[in-house]
Amino acid sequence: MKSPSDIVITTPSEREVVMTRAFDAPRALVFEAFTSAEILPQWLEAPGRAMTVCEVDLRVGGGYRFVWTGPGRKDVGSFGVYRDIVVPERVVRTEAWVDWNAGEVLVTTEFAEEQDQTVVTVRALFPSREIRDAVLEAGMKSGAAANYDRLTLLLARRQTVLA
Amino acid sequence: MTQSERLDATFAALADPTRRAILARLASGEASVTELARPFEMSQPAISKHLKVLERAGLISRGQDAQRRPRRLESRPLVEATEWMERYRSLWEANFRRLDAVLTQLTRTRNINTRNQNRRSR
Repeated sequence: MKSPSDIVITTPSEREVVMTRAFDAPRALVFEAFTSAEILPQWLEAPGRAMTVCEVDLRVGGGYRFVWTGPGRKDVGSFGVYRDIVVPERVVRTEAWVDWNAGEVLVTTEFAEEQDQTVVTVRALFPSREIRDAVLEAGMKSGAAANYDRLTLLLARRQTVLA
Repeated sequence: MTQSERLDATFAALADPTRRAILARLASGEASVTELARPFEMSQPAISKHLKVLERAGLISRGQDAQRRPRRLESRPLVEATEWMERYRSLWEANFRRLDAVLTQLTRTRNINTRNQNRRSR
């Protein structure tokens, strides 16, 4: 059984980032927590900002819009359209960011029952590798860094030993 | 360069497998361009191009020896990039820990509600 707090981040192709995390809750509830305008603002924050606008029209072709605000910080906004919904298994949506015109990310979120847990897999498909890497720099939820992460940690550690 | 420009340069430099291999090689000690080119099926100018990218990103520097001009690894940008990614990961960890708490709370409230409903329907 996975420890619930472990986030696994991988980059299966140069345009993708995949993040996996297990939750100790029934699948229907986890699905709801990821798709309900009442529940999302209770946990989904941006650095130093709380979610202050959360509009969700959960149907294929329906849209969503999130805005995060924080004291002394610029607002952050994201929006998109639901492309596929299979309750409580899968949601496919586009994702774009206000003031960031690099294109749309296709985000597939899957909810799997594993023993008493729900394993959530978030797969982000970027229009290009450049954009995926730019997202890293923009401070959004990519984590394309997983491969680099291992390398940089390794290199940084070795360098410390050498120094 | 601002920190975000530096991170940009670091990630762009790390996006190439040859450059990552060069850095991994330099992690075990400085090396000349000829020594660095040896394991790759690449011309020296091609390797030099990669070295230039790494140098601009501040990931490598040139050693004292004027003849060999050995390159060596500079760890500061890597440490900076690692710290940045750790911040990113910790953001998601914080979000998901909040979600854990929300799920526990919801499970509890709904169980109580179901129980009450069952009691009423009896």
